[in-house]
Amino acid sequence: MLAIGAVASVVGVAIALSIDWFPTRAAAKVNEIDTLYRVLLSVSVPIFVLVMTVAIYSVVKFRARPGDMSDGAPIHGSTRLEVIWVTIPFLLVTGLAIYGWVVLNDVEAKQQGETVVKVRGQQFTWHFQYPGPNGKTVDSDVLYLARDQPYKFEITTSDVIHSFWVPEFRLKQDAVPGQTTHVRITPDRVGTYAVVCAELCGLGHATMRNTVRVVEPNQFKAWLEQQARGAAATAGGGAAPGGGAAAGKQVFTSNGCGACHTLADAGTSGTTGPKLDDIAAAAAKFGKQRGLTAAKYVKQSIEDPTAFVVPGYPPVMPSFKGRVQGAELDALVEYLLSVSGGKGGSG
Amino acid sequence: MTVAARLRAPGWYRAMLSVPLGIGFAFALVVPLRALSHYKPVVDGDAITTVALISTPLAFLIGIGCFDYWFRWASGAPTVPEDHSGHGARSWRDYFRVNTDHKVIGIQYIVTTFVFFIAGGIMAMLMRAELAAPGEQFVDSNTFNGLFSVHASLMIFLFIIPVFAGIANYVLPLMIGAPDMAFPRLNALSFWMLPMAGILMLASFFAPGGAFNTGWTSYAPLSVDMPLGQTFFNVAVQFAGASSVATALNFLVTIVTMRAPGMTFWRMPLLVWANFTTSLLVVIATPFIAGSQFMVLLDRALHTDFFNAANGGDVIMYQHVFWFYSHPAVYIMMLPGFGIISEVISTNARKPIFGYRMMAFSLMAIVILGFTVWAHHMFVSGMFPWLRVPMMITTMLIAVPTGIKIFSWLATLWRGVIHLRTPMLFALGFITMFTLGGISGVMLAVIPVDIHVSDTYFVVAHIHYVLFGGSVFTIFAGIYHWFPKMTGRMYDETLGKVHFWLSFVFFNLTFGPMHLVGIDGMPRRVADYAQHFAFWNAFISVSSFFFGMSLLVFLYNIVTSWRHGPKAVANPWRAHTLEWQVSSPPPIFNFDEVPTVVGGPYEYGVPGAVHGVFKEKPAVKEPAVAAD
Ligand code: HEM
Ligand SMILES: [Cu+2]
Ligand SMILES: [Cu+2]
Repeated sequence: MLAIGAVASVVGVAIALSIDWFPTRAAAKVNEIDTLYRVLLSVSVPIFVLVMTVAIYSVVKFRARPGDMSDGAPIHGSTRLEVIWVTIPFLLVTGLAIYGWVVLNDVEAKQQGETVVKVRGQQFTWHFQYPGPNGKTVDSDVLYLARDQPYKFEITTSDVIHSFWVPEFRLKQDAVPGQTTHVRITPDRVGTYAVVCAELCGLGHATMRNTVRVVEPNQFKAWLEQQARGAAATAGGGAAPGGGAAAGKQVFTSNGCGACHTLADAGTSGTTGPKLDDIAAAAAKFGKQRGLTAAKYVKQSIEDPTAFVVPGYPPVMPSFKGRVQGAELDALVEYLLSVSGGKGGSG
Repeated sequence: MTVAARLRAPGWYRAMLSVPLGIGFAFALVVPLRALSHYKPVVDGDAITTVALISTPLAFLIGIGCFDYWFRWASGAPTVPEDHSGHGARSWRDYFRVNTDHKVIGIQYIVTTFVFFIAGGIMAMLMRAELAAPGEQFVDSNTFNGLFSVHASLMIFLFIIPVFAGIANYVLPLMIGAPDMAFPRLNALSFWMLPMAGILMLASFFAPGGAFNTGWTSYAPLSVDMPLGQTFFNVAVQFAGASSVATALNFLVTIVTMRAPGMTFWRMPLLVWANFTTSLLVVIATPFIAGSQFMVLLDRALHTDFFNAANGGDVIMYQHVFWFYSHPAVYIMMLPGFGIISEVISTNARKPIFGYRMMAFSLMAIVILGFTVWAHHMFVSGMFPWLRVPMMITTMLIAVPTGIKIFSWLATLWRGVIHLRTPMLFALGFITMFTLGGISGVMLAVIPVDIHVSDTYFVVAHIHYVLFGGSVFTIFAGIYHWFPKMTGRMYDETLGKVHFWLSFVFFNLTFGPMHLVGIDGMPRRVADYAQHFAFWNAFISVSSFFFGMSLLVFLYNIVTSWRHGPKAVANPWRAHTLEWQVSSPPPIFNFDEVPTVVGGPYEYGVPGAVHGVFKEKPAVKEPAVAAD
């Protein structure tokens, strides 16, 4: 039995280690976590095999013959065995806990020359803010990162709990109302990944994804400067040129409205809430019933969504009051009415 | 009986009258209060429903007769003398009224919880149908979130926790030689609170905005913001929790005060030890989840700010309080199963339990350690970071007492005479699947690994290995093992084995691959997922449909055997514990003669050893007829 067990353990460990368990490795120290997992596997598989071997062997060897009414051997215990199976697991888990602790300290250690990136979760999207050239800040909804640059992400949320997670970086941290949490990552592989929200945050949770681009440091610098210039242009001129509609589209995408609403112009296909492709007509109709203009109706739907819920839909949209306001809100309303009105009018 | 007499006597007629009164009470309380406070609108659906969710179930319980005796006693009115009409069951109708016989209550519990098990299982099938391919097929994300929330809540609060209470209700008094539980009327009330909780959870699907959809964990502040369905959860948990606490108190008092002469603590069967320790957990931990849900309810209904960070509320505190119950709850869902497995293995291997005292001590160790590990669910939550390492160490240490149990069961098999009946197959299946669940649990305790896999399908795989491969397999083992005792009939052994092998194979095909997709980066609680998880998800969904079918074999076996199975003798398994020394099913007050316990419960193979005797005569001896 010992021999069978030993062979099975070796085979089991070999199979377990040959499986490619993890996503791509794209940050420093990811290896340490993956190795820790593989060590845990290599310890666990023999334990599992041991249990299986004893169980199967006993069933085969000690199975009752038909009609056998006898009893087994009256063994009540063995202090020696009991001491062994208390001590060995105790030592094993203590060793593994210490190993885990060491890895934890290392992956969370402060790095030289960290750049701080502010991350803000919001139902159902992420926002990122970088320190830009000459003391300005740069906002983005795509997480651009320079390869081999250590980052400290400072994470907040504007509503409920979210969780910031890039599987390729392995680390995860909740965004908690009323608190700033942080996580340290040094990306080391150029590529495109996704920020995945890992904590249930409402109806759009499954679609709360933003793109991560890890690029070469010089590309990153160029991108940052270009963003800083673009931001200056819009900041100076108020709403974007060409009327509110272009800015409105930006507001629509960056607030994650598409997680729940279909809008062809913005390329979104959510189905939790009503389709917005013909919101102009609907707003005119529902607005009239309630004595509101179409624009007022749309505005109310954004700021106080439960005041009137379109029949057939659940009253679950979060209020965006205070999150989308002023010129942004006007631009958003204009945008929605213009992209849907155009279609409604000509068709 | 006249109509008026019917309406006054406890029962369904009075309950049908009291339910509208419960709803009326909610109107009568809310509408004037809102009018006085100048709240608009005066008739507010949400507010009335919130009160009605509490008052209507209470009104039903009063109507059906759970409180009659106490009300009379408290008000000084003459109590109705106990004529034993509330005891025992003569027809199926007796299962539908307030009955104080622990055997009737046990069956009421088991059947009711299996109804909720089936409801939760159907929801799982709907989820797997949606998840069979990426994108949206059958249900929208609101419905999906409602499905996994209600699925998990039913499985935990309305199936696993209470079905163990049901099995123990039937078996435990018999095992310790008692005529009933210590508080039979409290026992009846505990049972009747359960359907209240389950119906509230199911009814939430009809609330405007759909069922509660923040998971069974219902983290604040999301659960504070969500539509009315969430309130159904907050209130349902109170009824389920009150039911658990009352039953646990009942078990504790019964075990401490009602053991047969000679049954010292070290002569108690391990199932009794298991329920003793579980009851300690329930009594200490359950008030915490009640508190957490009351705080959410107050935030929702009265706009308190417990979890409003902008006004000094603390959302992490919710998680601490919640997990201070919900981690011990995983042992509430596991320890009674450990007890069942000990009974089944020693009986079917015909050997004493190896290291009986260590088995009892390890249960106690799990109870104590179980209260020191709650924050291992919060490694990425943003709580104070220093707490993580101590919690990792205590969590991993629980592997030691758990290991003791696994190794002791294996050693019990060694040199036994093993009868592979259906309960034994489920026990063996349990040992292997639970070992896997325990191993993934230790991995989850190691913080750097957990940071990656927390909130992924790896966790979904883990919970199902411990809860399905673990708890539910022990439940099946227990149901088959005591089926002859409870119904007086034998189940069909062939169908039982088919049920086991189908479950065992498709369980692994369903939940095994979830480890892979989880580590590879698929988050849990999503209706949609990235394209590269498509293959395994389709595979999992197909396996899960076969897995679901395996339950039909079980149900068919149970229903047909209950009605037409061959009559069972008193002791078909030739077991030593007391419940097998009386007829199947047992007499109305369990023991026509009080037994005296003279030895340990598992003295198989010891020449001449007996556990209990009646009037100094060894208990019934009769030829066994059961097949293997
Ligand atoms: C055929 C059987 C079952 C299937 C196919 C199944 C499937 C699922 C699925 C798809 C989820 C949702 C995963 C997610 O997105 O987070 C889930 C969650 C869950 N299930 Fe099951 N389940 C089954 C039986 C059970 C049983 C018997 C129990 C309890 C004893 C159980 C307890 C849970 C729990 C606790 C969760 C976690 C819910 C959460 O994320 O909060 N399941 N199950
Ligand atoms: Cu989310
Ligand atoms: Cu836990």
